[in-house]
Amino acid sequence: MKIDGTTHAFGDRIDTDLLSPGAYMKGPIEEMAKHCLEAIDPEFPARSQLGDIVTAGFEFGTGSSREQAASCLLLNGIGCVLARSFARIFYRNALNLGLPVLVCPTAHEIPAGTRLVVDPLAGTATEAGGRVHSCEPIPERLMQMVAAGGLIPFLEQTRTQ
Amino acid sequence: MTHPPQTLTQKILARAAGRDTVRPGEIVTVSVDLAMMHDSGGPRRVKPMLERLGAQVWDPEKVVVVSDHFVPAVDVDSAQILDLTRKWARETQVRRFFDMKGICHVVLPENGLIQPGMMAVGGDSHSCTGGAWGAVMVGVGATDMLGVLVTGEIWLRVPSTVRFTCQGSLPPGVSAKDIMLHLCATVDPVSMNYRVAEYAGPAVEAMEMSERMTLCNMSAELGAKTGIIAPDATTHDWLAQVGAGVGDLEVLGDPEAEIEREVVIDTPALAPQVAAPHSPANTHAVTDSLGTRVTQAYIGACTGAKLNDLHMAAKVLKGRRVADDVRLLLAPASTKITAEAARDGTLEILTEAGAILLPSGCGACAGMGAGILADGEVCIASTSRNFQGRMGSSKAEVWLASPYTVAAAAVTGAIADPREMLA
Ligand code: SF4
Repeated sequence: MKIDGTTHAFGDRIDTDLLSPGAYMKGPIEEMAKHCLEAIDPEFPARSQLGDIVTAGFEFGTGSSREQAASCLLLNGIGCVLARSFARIFYRNALNLGLPVLVCPTAHEIPAGTRLVVDPLAGTATEAGGRVHSCEPIPERLMQMVAAGGLIPFLEQTRTQ
Repeated sequence: MTHPPQTLTQKILARAAGRDTVRPGEIVTVSVDLAMMHDSGGPRRVKPMLERLGAQVWDPEKVVVVSDHFVPAVDVDSAQILDLTRKWARETQVRRFFDMKGICHVVLPENGLIQPGMMAVGGDSHSCTGGAWGAVMVGVGATDMLGVLVTGEIWLRVPSTVRFTCQGSLPPGVSAKDIMLHLCATVDPVSMNYRVAEYAGPAVEAMEMSERMTLCNMSAELGAKTGIIAPDATTHDWLAQVGAGVGDLEVLGDPEAEIEREVVIDTPALAPQVAAPHSPANTHAVTDSLGTRVTQAYIGACTGAKLNDLHMAAKVLKGRRVADDVRLLLAPASTKITAEAARDGTLEILTEAGAILLPSGCGACAGMGAGILADGEVCIASTSRNFQGRMGSSKAEVWLASPYTVAAAAVTGAIADPREMLA
């Protein structure tokens, strides 16, 4: 599974309230997703396309344990997040929901709007211009779950096999 | 056979993994002694997943459900969530269901449910609060929780330990909250990722449980996997008082066990701290922000509205009045704390000063209950997070501080040094 998309660049400490604002917690997740990251980038929900990639600095997903933070990115079409580091609960949540997230020490050097191909198993992110960024690969066993769409579909698949 | 020395956290994880020892960095599967969920991330999210898989809860006796985020219902949506939570607890025979009794991280220990040596998970990022009892308690998301509910197990990476040694004792007007805010500003969160923060030293040993809870609670803001404090006589006294006893899982770390690093805190030199918007990392001494106007002061949350926190606020507010153009909102962390504060006179002091009493729950801390901010408003809060938009408008500002400092700001209408009001 490779992800081929255009990047949206963010800074450090993109927290769960920016990703999934608490004010929309009671309503349907689709509604919350329309407000994903709007506090710092009002155009993000409208601009993001299926398969796009989010890049960010340190501590992406810091804050709450709410899984909606990862779901809101998925609902905006985001196919992958590259960050210099992730908050641990967000990291687990994202993989559990089928969103590949990779630690990439040079993620902040990738300009917004870059066409990027990410190979989670190999741990590479290749810019259209040719620059290759190395990332911490996602182990194959975990990638099987991610590729299935997350833990629940994966469990369903393995139970029916 | 002799084993290499193990930290407190290693010993708990080894026992839960059915092993003699575990090494930091290893991934182990542990059995879970306690799984806690609340109304926001709990039944409403795991119920459909359980149904989809046709699976059952592995052991309802080990599950605790607390309704605290949407309480009391303010609209039909929140009422439906609370109703679903109640029905699910009944259907799945989860006996330990606490409906509007207070915030989960406070209600659990009030009922003696967190015991030393436990391996516990909670569907909330501040589940690390349970570490104050010498347990390993980690926060997980709803899908991870589903895995626990179905199997009774979870995989974890064994964390290395970073020990925060708090030397000496806390000066007047300075509290555990100030220690944590100071650490948020001075410790690189990336260096805490996947580590456990262990709090030790004379200042921690002297703390009562509610202050130790604040240390462990804000381990989340430090970026740690969780926080932990070795159980001692203070821990045992709490458990005896709530009629729970210590249980049989208690362990202590080996003194010579290897840790990753130690951070020494010169506790007596600490001044009251404030975190400027929009991150706990933006912390500095209160004296750097004196005079910043506030429109709301909030004493609430699992972090900052325990009985001891209310006592701190009362010390400042006794015989004083909240400034005319400020509202002081008070949401005690549990109904038990409200009752205790009524009994010991604290509520009288606070309400005489002008505090407005709110229900016990997450409330404004999570931007869900009463106390939401408008554009341009400035709030100083005893909560743990001041992320942009968390307490309402993304154009509002939230400052974090101890209950002393929040109370002092309420009196003067601007950020003030509480030490000057503690005669
Ligand atoms: S009071 Fe705030 S920090 Fe504590 S559990 Fe509730 S929302 Fe989370």
